[in-house]
Amino acid sequence: MIFRPEPQATKMSLKAFHLIFVTLLTALSFGCAAWAFSAGKNFWGAMGIVAGIFVIVYGVYFLKKLKRISYL
Amino acid sequence: MEIPYTVQNRPDTGLYNAKLGIWLFLASEVMLFGGLFSAYILLRVSQPPGGWPHGWLDVRLGTVNTLLLALSAITTLLAWAACKVREFGKFKFFHACTILLALTFLGIKSYEYHDKWIHYEIQLANGKIADGHLIEKSADFDLAKITGTVTLHGREVENHVELMDLRSPAAQSAKLDEMTIPASDIKKMENYGPRHNTFTAIYFTLTGLHALHIFGGTLVIFYLWGPGSKLYKTDPERFTNRIEVSGLFWHFVDLVWIFLFPVLYLT
Repeated sequence: MIFRPEPQATKMSLKAFHLIFVTLLTALSFGCAAWAFSAGKNFWGAMGIVAGIFVIVYGVYFLKKLKRISYL
Repeated sequence: MEIPYTVQNRPDTGLYNAKLGIWLFLASEVMLFGGLFSAYILLRVSQPPGGWPHGWLDVRLGTVNTLLLALSAITTLLAWAACKVREFGKFKFFHACTILLALTFLGIKSYEYHDKWIHYEIQLANGKIADGHLIEKSADFDLAKITGTVTLHGREVENHVELMDLRSPAAQSAKLDEMTIPASDIKKMENYGPRHNTFTAIYFTLTGLHALHIFGGTLVIFYLWGPGSKLYKTDPERFTNRIEVSGLFWHFVDLVWIFLFPVLYLT
């Protein structure tokens, strides 16, 4: 039987799950913005877009910051 | 006797055992919540037009709770990262933040539940419906004996359908007043609890189950932050893995909320 080498061990990590979470949070932010615009709440729509952009920026920052912590 | 693969990874799975265990558990959780979400969809599409409530929940409170859980996901990750780089003080700080955020979430959720619990729909003897939040019941109030009065802050409507869409212009412009209703005028009185209608039943089921997960997760995180953190001194790698496992669970619970919020509050 051939076993896989050690680097595979870091798969399914919290870091990978966090990335999925950030992706869905981005989708939620833009989705909420679309909902708010359709309901005529333009201020909250704009806030949703700002939140979505903020989450994307955070996601990129997070990937750079935790580069050395673990593989995805 | 030493428990195997708490730190080292099993060669066949490529994971330490606790991680494999939590992912299997999360798979079962996906099936649990997936079943309930399916129930929600089927119940909703089977309703006649105008039969499904809109605007019954406070979007502002739901948004705040979404932000709280998003922040708690970040603090959980930072707590794990702090353990990874062996900064115990930072771990303690970030996990304390997670606990506080979770408790605030539960506090807001309790407030929302309480708000539904004191919200009554009363069918009056004259065929109209009184709907509003309970201010007080007189000391002698008893529906069975037909004694006393009940005071609501709300409005009176001709038809039940008028209460279904609270986002409609008519509902938005409706004037709310204080109404004192004698028991003799009441045909039926029911609060917005789980048995009120299909929406409240699925709302309380989904959010109640989710809140139980938040509560359970908070207990585990509190244990790892408090008495369980002793393990860090003797076996930091194993402790870090525990933090990762609890973090995976916490992220799953947050992920469920990301689906619950738009489905229940926005649609």
